[in-house]
Amino acid sequence: MGMLQNAVNWLLGRDQRGAWELHEEMRERQLEQMLIPTWEEGESGPRMLLNMGPQHPSTHGVLRLFLELEGERVVRVEPDIGFLHTGIEKTFEYKKYEQGVTLTPRTDYLSNVFNTWAYCMAVEKLLEVEIPPRAEYVRVIMGELQRISSHLVWLGTHALDIGAMSVFLYAFREREMILDIFEMVTGARMMMSYFRPGGLAWDIPDGFEEVVASFIDLMPSRIDEYEALLTNNPIWRERTQGVGVVDAETAMAMSVTGPILRATGVAWDLRKAMPYSVYSEFEFDVPVGTHGDVFDRYRVRMQEMRESIKIIRQALDKLPGGPHRVDNHKVAPPPKEEIYLSMEALIHHFKLWTEGMLVPPGEAYAAIEGPRGEIGFYVVSDGSARPYRVHMRSPSFNNLQIISHMAEGGLVADLIAIIASLDPVLGEIDR
Amino acid sequence: MGELNPKTDPLLLDPNKSGAPGIVLTTLDQAVAWARANSIWPMLFGLACCAIEMMSAQSSRYDMSRFGMELMRASPRQSDLMIVAGRLSRKMAPVLRRLYDQMPEPKYVIAMGDCASCGGIFNNYAIVQGVDEIVPVDVYVAGCPPRPEALIDGVLQLQRKIARQRAGEVLHVGAIDIRSE
Amino acid sequence: MDRTDIETTTEPTTADLVRETFGEAVLDITERLGETTITLTPKALPDVARWLRDERGFEMCVDVTAADFPQDKERFRVVYHLLSLSRRERVRLAVRVGGKKPTVPTLTTVWPGVNFCEREVYDMFGVHFEGHPNLKRILMPEDWDGHPLRKDYPLGYEPVQFTHNFEEIDAKKPYAKS
Repeated sequence: MGMLQNAVNWLLGRDQRGAWELHEEMRERQLEQMLIPTWEEGESGPRMLLNMGPQHPSTHGVLRLFLELEGERVVRVEPDIGFLHTGIEKTFEYKKYEQGVTLTPRTDYLSNVFNTWAYCMAVEKLLEVEIPPRAEYVRVIMGELQRISSHLVWLGTHALDIGAMSVFLYAFREREMILDIFEMVTGARMMMSYFRPGGLAWDIPDGFEEVVASFIDLMPSRIDEYEALLTNNPIWRERTQGVGVVDAETAMAMSVTGPILRATGVAWDLRKAMPYSVYSEFEFDVPVGTHGDVFDRYRVRMQEMRESIKIIRQALDKLPGGPHRVDNHKVAPPPKEEIYLSMEALIHHFKLWTEGMLVPPGEAYAAIEGPRGEIGFYVVSDGSARPYRVHMRSPSFNNLQIISHMAEGGLVADLIAIIASLDPVLGEIDR
Repeated sequence: MGELNPKTDPLLLDPNKSGAPGIVLTTLDQAVAWARANSIWPMLFGLACCAIEMMSAQSSRYDMSRFGMELMRASPRQSDLMIVAGRLSRKMAPVLRRLYDQMPEPKYVIAMGDCASCGGIFNNYAIVQGVDEIVPVDVYVAGCPPRPEALIDGVLQLQRKIARQRAGEVLHVGAIDIRSE
Repeated sequence: MDRTDIETTTEPTTADLVRETFGEAVLDITERLGETTITLTPKALPDVARWLRDERGFEMCVDVTAADFPQDKERFRVVYHLLSLSRRERVRLAVRVGGKKPTVPTLTTVWPGVNFCEREVYDMFGVHFEGHPNLKRILMPEDWDGHPLRKDYPLGYEPVQFTHNFEEIDAKKPYAKS
């Protein structure tokens, strides 16, 4: 108990001791709990308790799994998470709404556009502003590009985990092209923070359409290339077909969304089912699987990349002109040239950057379809410039629970394929 | 101007053909440091966003193996460089220290990214404000996340640092001091 | 058929039906920003949830979270976001709890998928879920003191080292020098 008190004192700055002693104590205590494997007597022979992670090459980050094994069979899996807990939801409460935008990409770093998008949608819902169509279309294009790049990381690491080394190099080759587009638009490769409540931070640069068009012309042939490497590869099929099967009822009861749910045969895609933004204007299919195994999840995601390309092509064709953010200067700053000429614009600018935007009291939940499933932001406002409470509904967090349904009774080697097919991002699980 | 005699002039002797030994003079220190610097085995250890950029640095476009450090090892016992890629939470801190302790000497640490260097934008209860609170850091790489080029530069800096090191010298005396405190 | 007939035959909303079925267990119903919020007594929560799942097709509870209002008597507001895939509808359930040991009945019996979410709320707010199969901390270390997302829990930041306070902070962090 004294140790705990010390920890709290140190955190609050009341303790003058260095952090080192604290960590040393914490370490010893945690290591005591961690010192497994040990043996237990099971029903059919000895049972091994094995610790997998948090530093393990195939856990996609710092996921830790408790495994109970009987020989090579997995009897029980219990995920232990929180090794990347960042306190993002708490930090939100100390930031203004606009500053909060920078925190969103760092939750799920592979689909950071979607997090920012969902957060902006929730704030816009509270503000009751409609963003201009150009901003919506650019959001769709950026989002779908991000979906492809996120699936490419999944594909590369999934194949790497199962032993297909070269796919990783192919997938990252195309991902770099997408990151180049992002860099062209925002100046950053990963943490873009490009969307703001009320539209976009700035308009897309000249030449954006051409670069995206040339990319989507190239991409389908590259996806064919990946499929040629994997889809009919007997080793790949052997490792994925019939592995980690889950049925639709279980998936729904466990709040699983995204490609994992669609692989069980449920055609649930928020872009189609409850259209947000301008998705109702595009034609695309929702790929579904039939068996709900690792292979089906692979097929669904590959198909989703092709559908994303379709959406981007339509969005590019329809991309309207006009402003890139709302005209409401209580929400979005006025254009820079106006600030030099108009007193009112100057005051708006000053108020917005010092006080921040004032959001009417209330609560809102906005959900979008991310690469891993439903990304939702629940924002509670008390009328001030800082959110009272921000909660992120992260898809991986809920999806991870189903791992015990999938892996129990299977082999340890299959567990690796299952983790990869869940595509967890620990940044958003732990937040 | 005298003529060069191919039989006697060492400049013209082809060692492969004549059997004349090519002699390299060096100190043991330099030889060991050269070998160490050019065969770093980093640990396959990613924490957060920066880990993705670390993967980019090793993949097709940036290809870090050009600099003699392509072999990522999943086990700390086989690696001599720990790239702390990402934010370090208080729950993860003991694990990180344990991994560091398991690495054989000489060992090096690169703090990749702002979070690993100083806590970055997450100055709160959950995040350790810089991994230098837990392990001694050799090179800090700034950026959120740093570009792959920045990471490669950090690695080159580390190689330069190792090349100056003397064989048998333990770089992190500080680490031992702290533990005996 | 005249106009009034058409209006009377329109389908009642989920919120109306909940009020009709559960009467005094429903404390409040608000419709705002296109979202329906049903505030319930904590005791009635599992029954309403089961009814919504079975009768109204809310197959999924996508999210459980809470907010802390320390100035109120019942300081925690636990919020459930339900989703019906078949009806394409969302509804939000809310319960208020307070006291020394705030307790809400668990919904893991209705939707097993809320397991992690409830553990997170327990970890971050200290709200207990009665009947939960595995109620322990999920994100913070097991022996952590306090519940970080409560409003009376400090952010716990460390002062940033600048030239003017360099010495002061350096004295506290001998390990940072090497």
